[in-house]
Amino acid sequence: MFDYYNLTPLLRSIHAFMCGIMPEWLAMTIEGIAVGLFIMIMYAILAIILIYMERKVCATFQCRIGPNRVGGKGGLLQVPADVIKILTKEIIYLKDNDKFLYGLAPFLVITASILTFSCLPWNKGGEILHMDIGIFFVLAASSIGVLGILLAGWSSNSKYTLIGAVRSGAMIISYELSIGISVLTMVILSGAMDIQAIVSNQSDGWNIFKGHIPALMAFIIYLIAGNAEANRAPFDLAEAEQELTAGYHTEYSGMHFGFFYLAEYLNLFITAGIAVTLFLGGWMPLHISGLDAFNAIMDYIPGVIWFVGKTFFIVFILMWIRWTFPRLRIDQVLILEWKYLMPLSLFVLLLMTVCKVFGWVF
Amino acid sequence: MGNFKDYINGYTFGIKSLIVGLRTSMKVFREKNITEQYPENRHTTLYIPERHRAMLTMPHDENGNNKCVACGLCQMECPNGTIRITTETRETEEGKKKKFLVKYEYNLGSCMFCQLCVNICPHDAIKFTNDFENAVFEKEKLVLTLNKKN
Repeated sequence: MFDYYNLTPLLRSIHAFMCGIMPEWLAMTIEGIAVGLFIMIMYAILAIILIYMERKVCATFQCRIGPNRVGGKGGLLQVPADVIKILTKEIIYLKDNDKFLYGLAPFLVITASILTFSCLPWNKGGEILHMDIGIFFVLAASSIGVLGILLAGWSSNSKYTLIGAVRSGAMIISYELSIGISVLTMVILSGAMDIQAIVSNQSDGWNIFKGHIPALMAFIIYLIAGNAEANRAPFDLAEAEQELTAGYHTEYSGMHFGFFYLAEYLNLFITAGIAVTLFLGGWMPLHISGLDAFNAIMDYIPGVIWFVGKTFFIVFILMWIRWTFPRLRIDQVLILEWKYLMPLSLFVLLLMTVCKVFGWVF
Repeated sequence: MGNFKDYINGYTFGIKSLIVGLRTSMKVFREKNITEQYPENRHTTLYIPERHRAMLTMPHDENGNNKCVACGLCQMECPNGTIRITTETRETEEGKKKKFLVKYEYNLGSCMFCQLCVNICPHDAIKFTNDFENAVFEKEKLVLTLNKKN
């Protein structure tokens, strides 16, 4: 089995070295700060890449070119320039609103997003938060985000934001059911809730191939519900700009708005990353049984490249969906969930259980 | 049972229409971009459609003659009073009296590009071209004389 890119021995030796020259509590603190900084920097870099990708993909779907003036031929410096601009903007505090909750809301949204982000399995031994109930933690932590959205809408003391927040709350709480059930389907298939265990169970074949029909259906349900969870079109009625200006973050400016914007794009990446973990084998390379030479070559590609590549593939599919379908009305969104998606996901759960019990999975 | 049948039909219809939508947008995704990068490509790949109306001109042949017979129909037809024709009556060699064009004035600033003048012209003496870069700094420069000689 391949083990060239396992990060665990490296991290262990770094920890041992740190403990050798300083007390263990200091070493742990310094390592914690380093990992935290690493997460933040990765978060910012990925957000910039995703925003650039979104603008280019959207442009191509509309037969346009997209950003192409700032920073040479491809407009590569457009998004960094936007980021620097938003950092220099004033944060406006409103009159007659709940200032504490108004200031807290963007941090709740971004905290939920970063907590979920740190659970992604980047590589073998490259996980940041590792626990036995990893996927359950992901579901729980991502639900904090809706609290931030509701608080943002309520504390802004404006009709637009309140309507946007209530819509978003109703939608996210509904779609969490479908996400939960489709994740449960995959937990049944792999028999583990630990994210690293789920990934290493897929070393002999990705879950989407192992679980065939029910896994494929769960994958589609997960993509639909995950798109709703990330508040993206066709489920972007929380910030329907034609009706509600900008929905729940209408009254926010400067970096507070930037946090919402960052979290929106990173939630897209996280949704795709969890989909890759559950269905497409996380950092596992593509193996075709029988072709040993091909498998050996695939093993030489580092896990992190596999993970990021697969994730960006799913991100592209989500962008394709976004730039194809028109926005749903709130009643249509709830009908889609409660009348179609949830019964289907319960059926898929049953089907997967039956398949697993009778050993019809690979 | 009718309700359940409707439910299943709704399911399949919905999925089918979603797939049609995704296929359509993927088709557009693979098409060539239609954006014109205007100031850069003005001498290379810029394409303005043939029938785009940007400027009224009066084509002249190699001897500098135009086809205008000074009938004044274009001036009468123009809704904005953009065209002003000055004519004079001369006697030809056969002794007939005939109107000749002295000056064909066209005010680009008040033209609305309706093409009525071109359509009414009995001899196709005037036509619209797609030269669209007509911005100038003074209003007076927009008044053009289209004929080259009387």
